[in-house]
Amino acid sequence: MNYKLSVNGTDHTVESTWEGESLLYVLRERLGLPGAKGACEQGECGSCSVLLDGDLVCSCLVLAAAAEGRDVRTVEAVAGPEGLSDVQQAFLDAGAVQCGFCTPGLIVAVHDLLERHPQPDDLTMREELAGNLCRCTGYGRIMEAVRMAADRRAASA
Amino acid sequence: MPVLVPETLEEACAALAARPGATLLAGGTDLMVGINAGRTRPDDVVMVGRLAELRGWVRDGDHVVLGAGVTYTECMAEPLASLSPVLAQAARSVGSPQIRNAGTLGGNLGTASPAGDGVTALVALGGTVRVRSTEGERDLDLATFVTGPRRTERRPDELIVSVRVPVADGPQEFLKLGTRNAMVIAVASVALVVEPGAVRLAMGSVGPGPVRATEAEAFAASVVDWTTGTAAAGAADEFGALAAAASRPIDDHRSSAAYRRRAIEILAKRAFLRSFSS
Repeated sequence: MNYKLSVNGTDHTVESTWEGESLLYVLRERLGLPGAKGACEQGECGSCSVLLDGDLVCSCLVLAAAAEGRDVRTVEAVAGPEGLSDVQQAFLDAGAVQCGFCTPGLIVAVHDLLERHPQPDDLTMREELAGNLCRCTGYGRIMEAVRMAADRRAASA
Repeated sequence: MPVLVPETLEEACAALAARPGATLLAGGTDLMVGINAGRTRPDDVVMVGRLAELRGWVRDGDHVVLGAGVTYTECMAEPLASLSPVLAQAARSVGSPQIRNAGTLGGNLGTASPAGDGVTALVALGGTVRVRSTEGERDLDLATFVTGPRRTERRPDELIVSVRVPVADGPQEFLKLGTRNAMVIAVASVALVVEPGAVRLAMGSVGPGPVRATEAEAFAASVVDWTTGTAAAGAADEFGALAAAASRPIDDHRSSAAYRRRAIEILAKRAFLRSFSS
């Protein structure tokens, strides 16, 4: 079965695949976009987070063949031509990146969080990021990165 | 495993009529877990989650009609959350933002997991579920729609179009017990819906489907002073005990039956105390 996928504004034709493949698998193994990470494959860990028509979802739970005509945005589209996004920079500055496995999913999730809550309090951060597991940081540095990115946006607005 | 993505409800019904027993795909939060793990290999998949006719909700007098494709995130948003607080609370307890953005009310109802949060809230709300096939539409009673674990009154050639539930006319509570706040499947849950003169209590994860605690409901209706919305001290304890007695939990990998029964007693009591002051 062949179908089309729109990823980061580019149309791709996915050819001759098994129809049960998840969006995560197709992104990584067929389209050469390995930013979304595969771990639990059951929506528990958030390391495969992408935006689907603007909504944060786990790409492992999206049937790729049923995502034709929808707009997929991955972590690969976060950085602009001038370099890292403000959230990516804040993750580096705050030391929120350790092993790095959860980082792409969290970067996508934090961009989504700050769109909806420009100045999130701690409880909002914890609730909004509850679907992204990190086994290194204990989340302290990640929350610090969110505060840093939010404050920098507010200061430059 | 052909995947069909119909563009209209009519096309979806025709696709189902041609392949009765095809697997319906809505948010994917259940089906894809099975496919990824190699446990599920559907013959045919019909994608219904994005059908325009199943999206959104409307108020219809003293009822709300919710499309089967309404997500948990949408259930949590105002003004819907105030019209149906028990549904909003149940939705908020589901998974994570990622799961709530994908999972749908129709999917939860159709999957009919005994641990389903949305379905437990819907059974407490009461009302009807509309199903549709090429032969037409049927309105079925929400209270009896789930017939067993992962079984419903939906025929294989039908899909769920919408649910019609009453607008809140009194306190509503959804309480759920699990091992952590987020990403948890209910060990036990209760959905309490109060209307003038009547109380409905549905319990999740303690039976083959949502279980109604009819004796607890009748007790509450008789013990509450409906002019003031208060109840005598001690009534909540009896309500909790009657709820626990009506639960039919089993031992499984998530909890023991004894723990679930005790959890129901406390959750039902707590829901009662939050709804009626003494």
